[in-house]
Amino acid sequence: MKGRDLAELAARNLREAALRNSLTTVGIAVGVASLVAMLSLGVGLQNLASDRLSRTGLFDAIFVTAKPNTPSLRRMENPSPAPLAPVRTLDDDGRHQLEALPNVVAVYPEIRFPTEIHYAGNPYATVVSGVAPSDRNDGAFDQMKGSFFSGPSADEAIVQVELARQLATPPESVIGNQVILRYAERQALPAESGGGKSDGYSIVPREEKLRIVGIIETDPAGGFGAFGRARLFIPLKVAETLRTAQTNDLRDLLRDTPSKRTYDSLTVRLTGASKVKDAEDSIKQMGFAAYSLLDATRSLGLVFAVFDLFLGIFGSLALVVASLGIINTLVMAILERRREIGILKALGAADGDVRRLFFVEAGAMGLLGGIFGVLIGWLIGRAINFGTNIYLARRDLPAISVTAVPWWMVAAAIGFSIAVSLVAGMYPASRAAKLDPVQALRYE
Amino acid sequence: MTTSAPIPGQAAIRLQQVTRHYQMGETLVRAADNVTLSIGAGEFVALLGSSGSGKSTLLNLMAGLDRPTSGAIFAHDRNLAEMSSEELAKHRSHTIGIVFQAFNLLPRMTLEENVELPLRLAEVERSERTSRVREAVDRVRLSARLTHRPSELSGGEQQRAALARALVNKPTILLADEPTGNLDSATGDEIMLLLREINETLGMTIVMVTHEQPRAERFAHRLILMGDGKLVSDGSVS
Ligand SMILES: Nc1ncnc2c1ncn2[C@@H]1O[C@H](COP(=O)(O)OP(=O)(O)OP(=O)(O)O)[C@@H](O)[C@H]1O
Ligand SMILES: [Mg+2]
Repeated sequence: MKGRDLAELAARNLREAALRNSLTTVGIAVGVASLVAMLSLGVGLQNLASDRLSRTGLFDAIFVTAKPNTPSLRRMENPSPAPLAPVRTLDDDGRHQLEALPNVVAVYPEIRFPTEIHYAGNPYATVVSGVAPSDRNDGAFDQMKGSFFSGPSADEAIVQVELARQLATPPESVIGNQVILRYAERQALPAESGGGKSDGYSIVPREEKLRIVGIIETDPAGGFGAFGRARLFIPLKVAETLRTAQTNDLRDLLRDTPSKRTYDSLTVRLTGASKVKDAEDSIKQMGFAAYSLLDATRSLGLVFAVFDLFLGIFGSLALVVASLGIINTLVMAILERRREIGILKALGAADGDVRRLFFVEAGAMGLLGGIFGVLIGWLIGRAINFGTNIYLARRDLPAISVTAVPWWMVAAAIGFSIAVSLVAGMYPASRAAKLDPVQALRYE
Repeated sequence: MTTSAPIPGQAAIRLQQVTRHYQMGETLVRAADNVTLSIGAGEFVALLGSSGSGKSTLLNLMAGLDRPTSGAIFAHDRNLAEMSSEELAKHRSHTIGIVFQAFNLLPRMTLEENVELPLRLAEVERSERTSRVREAVDRVRLSARLTHRPSELSGGEQQRAALARALVNKPTILLADEPTGNLDSATGDEIMLLLREINETLGMTIVMVTHEQPRAERFAHRLILMGDGKLVSDGSVS
C-alpha cells in the first residue's frame, strides 16, 4: 500500500475510535509534557547559571602574566633539559602581540588604586577601578541607575551605591555632579648621566575632574588579580592615561628601560568561551604565563549534563506509562478490528501492510501527543517562571527565566514521543499482521 | 518453479493431492483430504456438500488465504504452496476476487470507498481509480448508491457491492463462499444472474460454494460434491 493510502486509512481508523484514541493521545501528551517541563527547568537553570557566569567575564577571558623568573620554579614547570624560552616581560610589545591574536576582543590591564576623592568640597578615601568597555555586559551594570560611560575615554565616573550614600542623600542626587579624583602620577626623571637610562621617577599629586553618570548596586566581578572592593569606576582608557603609580612601578625601576611600560598582568578577552583553549596555547607559546577558568566551565557543563539526565529520566517515566496506554489501545483495536483485518487480507493486503497500518496509527498518536505535550510542557515552564518571578518580585529581586524550551528540545521531545509510540506499537502491529484471515473471517 | 507441465486447455486452478489437517487436541480433523481436481479457465463451478464437508477450506486454499498441509495448488500454473506470504497477498490482490456469505463490507466506508479498497491495496494510480470503481459498480447496477454506507443498503445490494469490490481489480478467478446464503431466494437469484453474466461476458472463472443443489444446477456448468474433506463426485451439468 502506498504512503498516502496508508495515512488515509490510519486517519480513518483513528477517527472511528475517536474517544479512546484521544484519551491515549492525551496520555502521551501528559508524558511528553512532564519530560519537557523537567528538561526545560534543567536547561533554564543551566542557561541562567552559564549566563551569569559568562557575564562575570571570567570564562571568556585569559589572565596573562610574565613567566615566573625563579630558576627552581622553572625547572619544576619544565623538567626536560630543552632550552628554555627567554623570559619575556609583559610590555606594550607583548600587549600588541596579544591584541593581534585571533578572536581577541580586547586586551587590558587591571587598574585599581586607592585614592582620595573630593565631592562637594569634602574628601573621601576610596578605591578606584578602571572598567573596560567589554565589562558593560557585566550583570552589575544591568540594574544601574543613570547610564554607562558615554564613551571609552569619557571623563565620567560610576559610583557604587554605598559610596553614593556617603556622598549625598538621597544617593541618586550624585548623578550629574562632579567628583574630583586626586591621584599620584608617576613621572620619569630625565637621565642625568646621559646614558639613556632614567634615574627613576617622582610621584606628583594630580587632580582629575569627573562627572558622575551612574550608580550601581552590586560590584562588577573583578578580574583574576582583583582584590579590595572598588567604589568608584572610571573608563579603563581614562585610568590608563592617568599613569598612576602602581605596585609594579618599583620593579620597572630596576629594569633596563624603565621608561618602557610593563604590566603585572593583562586580561585578554575573547569572543567566546570556546576560543579560550586555542588562545591560551598560543599565549603560552609566546612565552607568557596564562590562566583561565576553562576547566571550571567544563566541570560545570558535566554537572548540568548529569542534572539534565536525571530530570530527563524522571520526565520519561510518565512517557513510559503512556506507552503502555498505546499498547493497550492498539491491542484493543486488534480485537475490535479482527474482521476488518481479515477483510483487508482477503482483498490483497500483505502482512506488512497491516503492520504498517498499525505503526502509522501508533506513530500518529505519538506525533499528536508529542505536539500537544510540548505545548503543555512549555505552558508548565511558563507557569514555573511566573511563580518564581512573583516570589522574586516580593523580595525586590530582578526577574529571571528559570525554564527554557529551545527548538532542539521541541524536536527531540516530538521525535522521542514518536519513537516511544512506535516501539509500543511494535507488539500490537506484529500481532495484527500475523492474524489468520481464515479465522478472522469465519462466519459468526 | 512448477513441478508439472501445464495441462493443455488452460487450467485456471489445479489441486494435486491437497490436504489440509487441523489438529484439535487429540483428534486430527481432515478438512481437506487428498483432493485432486482441475478447473479450466472460464468455467463456472459449484462446490456442494453438507456442512463441515470442507468446502470453505478448499475455497480458502484456492484463494491463498490458507496453506495446505500437503499437496500443490496451481493458479495459472504458479504453485501457491511455494509462495511467500507477500506473493500470496499479491495473488489475492491481482488474480482472485472473493465474495463471502456475510458480505464483509467495512461498515464505516461508503459503497464507493469499499469498492476502492482493493485498488488501494494493489497500489493502482489514483487517477485510474474513479473510473475503475464506476465500471465495477455499474456492472452490479449500484451506481445510484455510491455514497451510501452498507447499513443503508439491503442485503442484496450489499452482496452486489461486495461483488463489485471483488471485480474491481479485474481478477481472473472469482471465488464465492455461499454468496446467496444470507439472501431470500429472489434476491439470491439476482446475484446468481450477475455471476452468470460476469462469467459469460468477462470469461471469468467462478468457483461458488453453495448448499442449494437446485440453484447450482440452474447456473453452474459443473458440480463438485464434497464429503468429509474428500471429492465425492464431479460432473458437468447437462
Ligand atoms: N481452524 C479450524 N480448526 C479446527 N477445525 C477446523 C478449523 N477450520 C475448519 N475446521 C473443520 O474442518 C472441517 C471443514 O470445515 P469447512 O468450514 O471447510 O466446512 P464447510 O463445508 O465450509 O461447512 P459449512 O457448509 O458449514 O460452511 C469442519 O469439520 C471444521 O470443523
Ligand atoms: Mg463454509
